[in-house]
Amino acid sequence: MLHIHCPYCEEYREEEEFSVVGEAHIIRPLAPEELTDQEWASYLFFRKNPRGLHHEMWAHSHGCRKFFNMTRHTVTYQILETYKMGQQPSITTEDTK
Amino acid sequence: MQKYSGFGLLKHSMSHHENWQRVWRNPAPKKHYDVVIVGGGGHGLATAYYMAKEHGLTNIAVVEKGYLGGGNTARNTTIVRSNYLWDEAAHLYEHSLKLWEGLAQDLNYNLMFSQRGVLNLGHSLQDMRDIERRVNANRLNGIDSQVLNNAQVQAKVPILDCSKNARYPVMGASWQARGGTARHDAVAWGFARAADALGVDLLQQTEVTGIRRKDGAVCGVETNRGFISADKVACVASGNSSTLAKMVGIDLPLESHPLQAMVSEPIKPILDTVVMSNHVHGYLSQSDKGDLVIGAGIDSYLGYGQRGSFDVVEHTIAAIIEMFPIFSRVRLNRAWGGVVDTCPDACPIISKTHIKGLYFNCGWGTGGFKATPGSGQVFAHTVAKDEPHPLAKAFNIDRFTSGKLIDEHGAAGVAH
Repeated sequence: MLHIHCPYCEEYREEEEFSVVGEAHIIRPLAPEELTDQEWASYLFFRKNPRGLHHEMWAHSHGCRKFFNMTRHTVTYQILETYKMGQQPSITTEDTK
Repeated sequence: MQKYSGFGLLKHSMSHHENWQRVWRNPAPKKHYDVVIVGGGGHGLATAYYMAKEHGLTNIAVVEKGYLGGGNTARNTTIVRSNYLWDEAAHLYEHSLKLWEGLAQDLNYNLMFSQRGVLNLGHSLQDMRDIERRVNANRLNGIDSQVLNNAQVQAKVPILDCSKNARYPVMGASWQARGGTARHDAVAWGFARAADALGVDLLQQTEVTGIRRKDGAVCGVETNRGFISADKVACVASGNSSTLAKMVGIDLPLESHPLQAMVSEPIKPILDTVVMSNHVHGYLSQSDKGDLVIGAGIDSYLGYGQRGSFDVVEHTIAAIIEMFPIFSRVRLNRAWGGVVDTCPDACPIISKTHIKGLYFNCGWGTGGFKATPGSGQVFAHTVAKDEPHPLAKAFNIDRFTSGKLIDEHGAAGVAH
C-alpha cells in the first residue's frame, strides 16, 4: 500500500483514496489538425514507460478530488515527491525529461 | 530426445527414476546465430520451437535473463479460451486454441491441458448485451460459444451464489466449453525441451544489455556473457519490451503494470470449471492439486517490481467471496505479481520494425498465456520469412498511427 502525500490536503493518505491518471506533463496539441498521423499517435498512445523514475499524474479521487503530479520509481515504487499541477518536478533524470 | 511414455515411466521405475535424460542442455553461447530470441518465457520458447520445426532454422538461441518460464508464464492463472470479439483477435486466439488441443502430443509433454469450460458472468443488463453480442460474433467466426441464463449457470456451478440476494446478482454468462486451463510451467518446459531437441540453444542467465546495429540492420546483441552476433533479433520480453525497444530508440505504445494472482491452500475438488467475472473483477479455477487459483486486476500505476498493492488483493478476494460465500474460510497460501505490458487497444503487437532484422512480439498485456502456441507460431513465421503471418498482419505496430485499432477491452477486460 502506497502512502501518498497530497500536495493540496498537505497530508499523507492511503493509496486507496487516489487514482492514477497516467504520465504527467503531456500537453494537448494546440492545433491538432496540423499534426501528422505520427505526432497524433504519439500524443494519444505512446508513453515513456520507464524502468526507473517516472513523473505521473494522480488524482485524490476520494479526498479533495484535485489532480497533482508525482515522481515515483517504477521498480522500488518509492515516491520521491508530489507536486501541484503547473509545477515542475525537482527530481529528474535523463530518462524522465 | 528421450520419448516420454507410460512404458518409459515403468522402465525407469526399475532404476528408481535415476537415469532420466536431462530435459535440455545448458550450452555455452556460440559466436553467431541466425536468430536470437530475447525472452525465454512461453512465447519465446514457442517461437523457437516453431521456427526450428516449421521453418528449418536450427541455429537459434533463446536468451533469458533469469530462468526459463520464470516470468509471466509462471505467474498467470493458466486460463485458455478464445472468445474474443473482433475477427482479427478471434482468429488469432482460436488458432492458438486449436494448437493447444494437439499440443501435448506434439511436444510429447504432459501439459495437463484440461478443457473444463470457461464461464464469463454477466451481472447487469449491459453485461448481458455485451455477452450476447460477443457470443454471436464468436459463433460467426466458428468459435464455440453459448449464452447461459441464471438457472443454467447455477446448474453448472452449484456453489456459485446465483440468488437474487447477491450484491451483484448473476444474470447469466457466456460459456466456452473448449476453454479451460493448462499447467503453465509445463508449457514452458515442454516447448523448451522440444526446441532443445531440435538444436535450439537455451541460454539462461543471459541478460541483453544492448542491441548492436550495422548499416541500419541488426547485427547482434550485447549480453552479460559477451557479444552474440545474429542476423535477426526477435524480442518477446513482455513487461520489459519497452526497455529493449529503448536500446534502439524505438517507442512502443506499451505501459507495464503489475498484475497479481494468488492461490489458496489445497482443498478437495469442488469447482470443475473456470469462472470469470469482469463486473465484480475476479476469476478463479481449481487446480488439479486442489488449490483455488485466483486472479486479480492490474495495479493502475506503472510498475516493474513484480508485486502490486495489497488493496488490489483485498478487492479481488471480496469479489470472490461475494460470488462464492462457501470459500469465506479458505486460507490463502501465496500471492505474487508479474509485469504485464498493456497496449492501448488490449491487443498484442506482432510486428517487424523499421530496423531490418528486428522484430517485436509484445503487448499481450493481461492475457498472453492462452495465446502461447499461436503467438509462437505466427511470430516464428513473421521472423523466418520476414513478412507478417496472415493472422499477425493486423497486429502491426503501424495500427497506432493508422488508427486501425482492434479494441478488445471488453473480451480481454480483467480476464485472462
